[in-house]
Amino acid sequence: MRIRVPAAVTGLLTTPMMFAADLEVSVEIPRINVAEYHRPYIAMWIEKQDQSFAANLAVWYDLQTAKAEKGTTWLKDLRMWWRKSGRELTMPVDGVSGATRPPGVHPVMFRGSKAPLASLAPGAYHFVVEASREVGGREVVRIPFQWPAKSAQQVKVQGQSELGQVQMTVKP
Amino acid sequence: MTIRVSRLAAAIALFASLPATMHAHRQWMLPSSTVLSNTDAWVTVDAAVSNGLFYFDHVPMRLTSLRITGPDGLERKPQNAATGKYRSTFDVHLNGAGTYKIAIVQSTVFATWDDAGQQKSWRGSASDFAAQVPPAAAGLKTSKMNSRLETFVTAGKPSNKVFETTGVGLELVPVTHPNDLVTGEAATFQLLLDGKPAAGLEVTLIAGASRYRDKEDEMKAKTGEDGKFSVTFKDPGMYWMNATTAPARGGGPAAGGPKPAIAGGPGAGGPGAGGPMRMPVGDRSSYTATFEVLPQ
Repeated sequence: MRIRVPAAVTGLLTTPMMFAADLEVSVEIPRINVAEYHRPYIAMWIEKQDQSFAANLAVWYDLQTAKAEKGTTWLKDLRMWWRKSGRELTMPVDGVSGATRPPGVHPVMFRGSKAPLASLAPGAYHFVVEASREVGGREVVRIPFQWPAKSAQQVKVQGQSELGQVQMTVKP
Repeated sequence: MTIRVSRLAAAIALFASLPATMHAHRQWMLPSSTVLSNTDAWVTVDAAVSNGLFYFDHVPMRLTSLRITGPDGLERKPQNAATGKYRSTFDVHLNGAGTYKIAIVQSTVFATWDDAGQQKSWRGSASDFAAQVPPAAAGLKTSKMNSRLETFVTAGKPSNKVFETTGVGLELVPVTHPNDLVTGEAATFQLLLDGKPAAGLEVTLIAGASRYRDKEDEMKAKTGEDGKFSVTFKDPGMYWMNATTAPARGGGPAAGGPKPAIAGGPGAGGPGAGGPMRMPVGDRSSYTATFEVLPQ
């Protein structure tokens, strides 16, 4: 709710375009009670119906290690994302990569007027989020959506282990 | 006869450093990782000969013919190489993005001849053959085994430069890149024999961790006219793959002498998957590889 209003407002102010559909997601990183906890690496991307890759949304990984190389060492553990897109990239990627985040709910907004959504062809897609944690597990959550949305769509999926609730909202 | 062969084998061991008893034993290399996401990475590789996969409990694989090729096609030197009782081990520095080939390529000649009524035999590398076997020996019979043992590792995006073929022996041409294998997706490879599609060749694939199951559970595939075969891996893990040609006739009198030696140093190692020391039966080629299959 707290995202919705600003989204509409900024959409009006900054993008006087035909459609300014935005993709709002919130990803919950669960609090996991273990002796050795590391924040998970998380990748979010868009896939076509046949599960082929369409666009990257975000990759949260260890950007801040002293040795620049070190953080990328474990990107391969986001193994689905790595195979579909990661291995093609040179990290960090502007507008996509970011630091790892602590447990909690993380709302993220992807504007329809900006890359990569601005150039996303109309059609049926999946929003995919993959989480992989050092000394922990890995989990993938997929949510189908239509782009651009004809009517507002909100979907919630409860993760089982490395992800909490994943929520996705698309609006016309 | 058996005893005599063993005694000979002991003598030959100086040159061909594997025992003559490696019937059905499998040669393999096992990399610590095959898919890496940093561009200045290291992998460590075990190399051994054994029955169970991938357990080092028999003899080490000798590293004399080891050759590592980088994504740029240039050779890389193995680091920290050592050979122990059961296995050899070495590190590979992946100092650039792309696919690396780690290969042990050998060309082993087996010869028998008649020396004043006594039968002599010899086994060793093709490059040692001319110097060590009398060229005019009576009743000289030779056969050659071209064996290629490979594994691949990729830092970053997979590349294809290392798959350029030499036209000698059995070689793998990827249709599916060997570092792009996942469960549930069909993978296709092509095998070439001396540069041409190896048609109708049986290919065996066996998953690792064989100690913890009752059956070998091997998968068989057969190459088509185009030398291609496809396989869908049900479970993730490390897989051993082998194909060996039937002996080509004409391994009889070495009228033309041995063919020129191909890649593979003086080390020699022994035939590919199996092949105890025996009479020359004709030229053969084998291709063996280790592939990693990741879960979806």
